[in-house]
Amino acid sequence: MENRPLIKRLGFLWAGLDPSLSIILVGLVLVGNIIFLSASSGTVVTWVEQARNLLMALVIMWVTSRIPVKWLEKIAVWVYTIGIILLIAVALFGLIKKGARRWLNIGVVIQPSEIMKIAMPLMLAWYFQKREETMRFFDFIVAFIFLLLPTILIARQPDLGTAILVFAAGFYVILLAGFPIKFVLPIFIIGIIGIVLMIIFEDQICARNVSWPILKSYQQHRVCTLLDPFSDPLGKGFHTIQSMIAIGSGGFFGKGWKNGTQTHLDFIPEKHTDFIFAVYSEEFGLIGNTLLLILFLLLIQRGLQISAGAPNLFTRLLGGSITLIFFTYAFVNMAMVSGLLPVVGVPLPFISYGGTALTTLGLGVGLLMSIHRHRRLVQT
Amino acid sequence: MVGNSDSSSALEQFQQRIKIALWIVICCLLILFCRFFWLQVVQHKKYSTASESNRIAIITTPAPRGIITDRNGIVIAKNFPSFSLEVTQTGIVMPIPDLIQELDQVVKIPARDRQQFLRAIQNSKKTESIPIRNFLNDEEVARFLARRYAFPGVEIQVRYFREYPYQELGSHLLGYTGKVSVKDREKLAAEIEENPDEIQGDELRNMRVKGIQQVGKIGIEQSYEKQLRGTVGFSEVEITAGGRVVRNLSYTPSAPGSNLTLAVDIKAQFLIEQLYEKRRGAAVVIEVATGDIIAFVSLPTFNPNAFVDGIDADLWKKLNESLEKPLFNRPLKGTYPPGSTYKPFMALAALEGKYRTPSQAINDPGFFKYGGNIFRDDAKNGHGLVNMYTSIAASCDTYYYILARDMGVDAIHDFMKPFGFGQITGIDMQGEVKGILPSKEWKKNYFKDPKKGKWIEGETISIGIGQGYNSFSILQLAQATAILANRGVIMRPHLVKLIEDPLTHEKILTVPSESGVINLKKEHIDTVTEGMIGVNKIGTGSVPFAGVSYPVAGKTGTAQVYSLAGKTYNAAAISEFKRDHALYIGFVPADKPKYAMAIVVENAGFGATAAAPIVRQTFDYLILGKWPRGVPAWKTVP
Repeated sequence: MENRPLIKRLGFLWAGLDPSLSIILVGLVLVGNIIFLSASSGTVVTWVEQARNLLMALVIMWVTSRIPVKWLEKIAVWVYTIGIILLIAVALFGLIKKGARRWLNIGVVIQPSEIMKIAMPLMLAWYFQKREETMRFFDFIVAFIFLLLPTILIARQPDLGTAILVFAAGFYVILLAGFPIKFVLPIFIIGIIGIVLMIIFEDQICARNVSWPILKSYQQHRVCTLLDPFSDPLGKGFHTIQSMIAIGSGGFFGKGWKNGTQTHLDFIPEKHTDFIFAVYSEEFGLIGNTLLLILFLLLIQRGLQISAGAPNLFTRLLGGSITLIFFTYAFVNMAMVSGLLPVVGVPLPFISYGGTALTTLGLGVGLLMSIHRHRRLVQT
Repeated sequence: MVGNSDSSSALEQFQQRIKIALWIVICCLLILFCRFFWLQVVQHKKYSTASESNRIAIITTPAPRGIITDRNGIVIAKNFPSFSLEVTQTGIVMPIPDLIQELDQVVKIPARDRQQFLRAIQNSKKTESIPIRNFLNDEEVARFLARRYAFPGVEIQVRYFREYPYQELGSHLLGYTGKVSVKDREKLAAEIEENPDEIQGDELRNMRVKGIQQVGKIGIEQSYEKQLRGTVGFSEVEITAGGRVVRNLSYTPSAPGSNLTLAVDIKAQFLIEQLYEKRRGAAVVIEVATGDIIAFVSLPTFNPNAFVDGIDADLWKKLNESLEKPLFNRPLKGTYPPGSTYKPFMALAALEGKYRTPSQAINDPGFFKYGGNIFRDDAKNGHGLVNMYTSIAASCDTYYYILARDMGVDAIHDFMKPFGFGQITGIDMQGEVKGILPSKEWKKNYFKDPKKGKWIEGETISIGIGQGYNSFSILQLAQATAILANRGVIMRPHLVKLIEDPLTHEKILTVPSESGVINLKKEHIDTVTEGMIGVNKIGTGSVPFAGVSYPVAGKTGTAQVYSLAGKTYNAAAISEFKRDHALYIGFVPADKPKYAMAIVVENAGFGATAAAPIVRQTFDYLILGKWPRGVPAWKTVP
């Protein structure tokens, strides 16, 4: 026993951690750290803080990966209920920062909408699992009510970005649970037609005196500047234009690590958080971007693979939804930074600085690994 | 892990949906890849340029404007440094209206400055430093500096402004500088476009124009704008989005503008302006041998310092609407009938054209009848027998009525033209007017209707005494007198004598040689000069020139502003602005002419009583250095 190499004696630490998922994550975290070292220059945050966040996420991931999936089924309703209670509490006594009521002070300041990103798929996956044998169309209506309740609460804070993500997380569950495509397809087509129309009639709908229903005026501005960022290059379009300049000027090979002028001369807003991808793109070019896209594709592919092999409906839905949420984060972030989508506060998973986001991600990956541990054995 | 058939079909459905999801994911990532390819490969050049122009800011260094001194080295236009409060948009942390409000608590920002600032930021880059308040005093500077931490992006800068230490003195000749207007900017850009020299790239050329903070608007400041301006220097610096300079990339120093030495003697200018005693008018003194303009008086004047930082609307309105027209450059743009000051030139024309001999006399009964009209002489009963000498000295109108009839308008025109009557003199100032030197040709062109445009012989008669269509500027009158005094040699009149390169100290004369010569017989000139000396000895100028110790030639004149239509002239009875203008021309010393002068005192009546005394005292100063009593002493501003 004494002769067993150390690495084998410590084997219990990573037993159950999916190797391919781990390798992809190491790759992403590595890229994230390299670019963080460049992006954080001139900001108040240090790499030590980012390392601390990563370590915390790692621990959460490790712990979560050990949780038996059965437990998750048991706590799903509770997590969701607590989340809803906290969201209501936010609406009543939340802290207001920058005009939005998103935070709650319970000794430490928390942002309950973050909890919903995990609680939402948990809850719906649990519900569909529960109704698996007796599924009717009515169940989808119930699911939508579960989905819309927190979504509306978050959207009213207002926090459209998180609301969309929470909605997406739940919606993925509903879709994967078998919600008829025929109901989705028309909405999808109408959406596309709508976007095309918006691009064509941009001048009219973005005229000064036009105000849109439902959306807040700042949200309207975001959409309008997306349609034409150069309509207000120094104001509303500034962020988008500057990040597009950063990406475009990076070219094929990039300007080299720590050589991004857009980054180091502070033209990129939020350069170590939401816009970190602009920094990466400027310094590593199209080659770096392609590498990152491949890493995300591998991550998602692996996540979906794990979900496909999950033991029951609950884990399948949970795994699939979590994976697709990773994808949504990555896609929305990169599309926003490159000027394809309006600016919403969505971080780039595993790359952007930020404790909360990393914690959620760690939790998500941990869940995936846990699902993988309890995978359905190959059918014989 | 027990599945029934239902759940296995559900599993199949799930796995199918997972497959679809994966394909959608791949499609989305492909869209992103295309987007990156578009930005980073297809449009790379565009964004690369954008990133460079983001990164590099061009900071201009203003060029010190050339100093203007008078002919004796007295500084009459200089630059003074002043503190300005300037805002860089990228550096500020609050909306501009709030910023102005907050700043106003510390340093007063008048409405006019606010408007100018708001207009300026519309046309500027975000990284440019735009003044929001100029001319801060020491207390204001201190007050701002104490609160500077509250105003990131706002800084105190030193800017240079034009200063005219003698205020209203000679304002029309100096002119003033002002802020660069949109029109000025276009003109400057076109000018710089013409001389591409070493400047590379639109950006730099643009900044060369933008770096010009002031531009000459009128007067010498305008006509010598190119020489005075200098070349804006600039440094290319790498900046952050906040406008903080990271490092210098290149530096081209500014080149100061050329210094100008005027032909003008500012002391003489001051004296003449004082001698007018608040009356309106114009006077020009020319050094005959050189064409140097010793004095260029236009009254009333204005304070050019009021224009330097943009004149305020009330003052502008007041100046613009005043009946006295203080902004009107009278010697350059005002035209007057020369009246009797025209007679010496008519006499010379008679001699040169052999219409008269000096001794040939005519009888003056006090009037001249022509074509049914009676042309009256000033002396009611006439001057009796009048030869050329008397005709000038006593200013006999009848003599010149007859002479004009004998010569005809075109002969008069042809003789007068080389003297510069009704012509552009070519003075180094913009906006000169031609006036009218009548001829048959002129009238035909002036009146489009051929009936109206036909010359009536009767019109020639009053031309002889400087009335009728005759209309000349005082500058032209002075120049003609100078040509006469200079015996036909034409020197282009000029306000600026020397242009000095501030670096090499090389000086260039603006008018190094004559521009033409009129062939005149010496004895003819002498005869006319004799007559003009007679004016001051025994004639119309004898009272103001009583006891003069140097030979002086002159001629009084009175120009009608208002047609009396047969009534007797009574100055008190008609409103001030309709009274006659008093004129005088002269040169001194008569035997060896050095200075020529022409002057008008508007609505002041007879030339002998209103204009001649000013000339007498000016000549006393120029020839004898005598400063008249009752005129405040000259004080050089240090």
